[in-house]
Amino acid sequence: MAQPVARRPFPSFEAIVQIYLPIAELPISVLMVLGLSGAVGFISGLFGVGGGFLLTPLLIFLDIPPAVAVATVAAQVAGSSMSSVMTYIRRRALDFKLGSILVAGGIIGTVLGVLFFNSMRRLGQLELVITLSYVTLFSIIGGLMLYGAVKAMLQVRAGKPQRLRRTAGQHPAWMGLPWRMRFHRSQLYCSVLPIMGLAVVIGFIGAVLGVGGGFVLVPALLYFFRIPPAVVVGTSLFQILMTMTGATILHAVTNQSVDMILAILLLVGGVIGAQFGGRAARNLKVESFRLLLALLILSVGLRFGIELFLPPSEPYSVVITEGAR
Amino acid sequence: MMRWLILLVSLLCAGSVRAETLIAAMSAHQIQINSNYTGSQLTVFGMIERDGRSVARGTPYDIVVTVRGPRRMLLVREKEKVGPIWINRTQRRFPDSPLFLSVSSSRPLSEMMEPDVARRERVGLANAERVRGAVFELDAESARFRDNMVRILQSKELYGYERRGVTFLSQNLFSAPIDVPATAPTGPYEIEIVLFSGAVPLARQTTNFEVVKTGLEQSLANGAHEQPWLYGLITVAFALMLGWLAAVVFRRD
Repeated sequence: MAQPVARRPFPSFEAIVQIYLPIAELPISVLMVLGLSGAVGFISGLFGVGGGFLLTPLLIFLDIPPAVAVATVAAQVAGSSMSSVMTYIRRRALDFKLGSILVAGGIIGTVLGVLFFNSMRRLGQLELVITLSYVTLFSIIGGLMLYGAVKAMLQVRAGKPQRLRRTAGQHPAWMGLPWRMRFHRSQLYCSVLPIMGLAVVIGFIGAVLGVGGGFVLVPALLYFFRIPPAVVVGTSLFQILMTMTGATILHAVTNQSVDMILAILLLVGGVIGAQFGGRAARNLKVESFRLLLALLILSVGLRFGIELFLPPSEPYSVVITEGAR
Repeated sequence: MMRWLILLVSLLCAGSVRAETLIAAMSAHQIQINSNYTGSQLTVFGMIERDGRSVARGTPYDIVVTVRGPRRMLLVREKEKVGPIWINRTQRRFPDSPLFLSVSSSRPLSEMMEPDVARRERVGLANAERVRGAVFELDAESARFRDNMVRILQSKELYGYERRGVTFLSQNLFSAPIDVPATAPTGPYEIEIVLFSGAVPLARQTTNFEVVKTGLEQSLANGAHEQPWLYGLITVAFALMLGWLAAVVFRRD
């Protein structure tokens, strides 16, 4: 059937810089996406966090449907952590043994998280649960880290020795639970149970909030297990790589909301940013590393808090039901 | 005999109502989405054909063009203060609502007809989705949600009203441009053209167009739905490859 077709005669400047996303079903500025993902990639490589907790809200802010944003960011996080993981493997700053246990626990947590996610969605309070968890998690973790970092900095300034690593024979009781294992690279001799418990919690949070969970994993490994920062970042990235690879495929199969074009754009910006971030991490002192990460996490928590406590400028919202198509 | 007379009279009446007919044509029946798609514009052309025997009307012709996009269930939520925090409390469902709705008229609706006539004839953004012949009105609460839904969708350019969107090119010939923004959903669109004179509908005509993805956009969207495993694996492979490539390219040590 030869129907006449509506086309713009010449692509405008806007049309050259913009690209239409087939799954999200809207055009987006290429330069803006590259810039955003580059900046988030830098932070990701610097701190060993996936960056999903920054990128997902940003994409939703750009009018991309939340389901598409969460699923596509999973692909981007997988790719950018792949890039960083390579760097950490070369520098021997990745504990595969610890990483594998974290992945195993993460799978259990993810399944539990998806079940919880669906039951909250049935109750219609999913959005509230997500916002509240962002606020409480980020404020508590960010606050604790900021306190620790400032304290450490003051101690260094006062000339007192900084106590980051455990000395011999000194460890909390929970490390002595059954099934102790030795992790050479992490300089850790600890029961598997608390590590698995941590991994389950991370997987659960990741599935509910649509983030990799690096922002919980990194501080936990740093503070509770006292693992050297470089190894923490490498191992956390390995765990994120594994979880997000699985998450991308699951999202693609269960709700078809992975936008390949958007994922590739985010990746190009993200992997380049992550390379620079990984390089910058080497020149960063431990104290300033912790202070910066604390401030970053705290500011995201505050941003969600503002949304929760201040009167909204637009009290109404319109949601289109039934999938992304 | 009496029965035949009644039939004849009623036929004549019907004939006088149909003194005008509408003929409509579109500049295109399909909008194709490709990778540099940023929205499109269509034009509806129409002609008012008058029966030679009918007398000229004392009131001018008015045209209202209503475009309705694909339908979905829309959920409207309102945030309320509960204790110290703001959360979504009440919500209303509007099943089978168009995701795109555009109304154009040859002159402002307020000049054309009284509000209750507009309601009855389903003219205007607020009335276009009124159920025909509905016995009951929306309660005040639902009407408030509907009005806010229309307002929000208007700010997203998915709903719109052009008070002088229909232009008369001659006495009987008119055209109306329809702006389809890039965010408008894919699917079938229905155009309803109604001819009014003195707030009385004289003739009606419907036509349609569709918004479809083409080329790469179409293959990707189809692939994601028909071969989800393959699509997911390819996306992940792409992601990991790009990550690996970046690590190799940027390797310095």
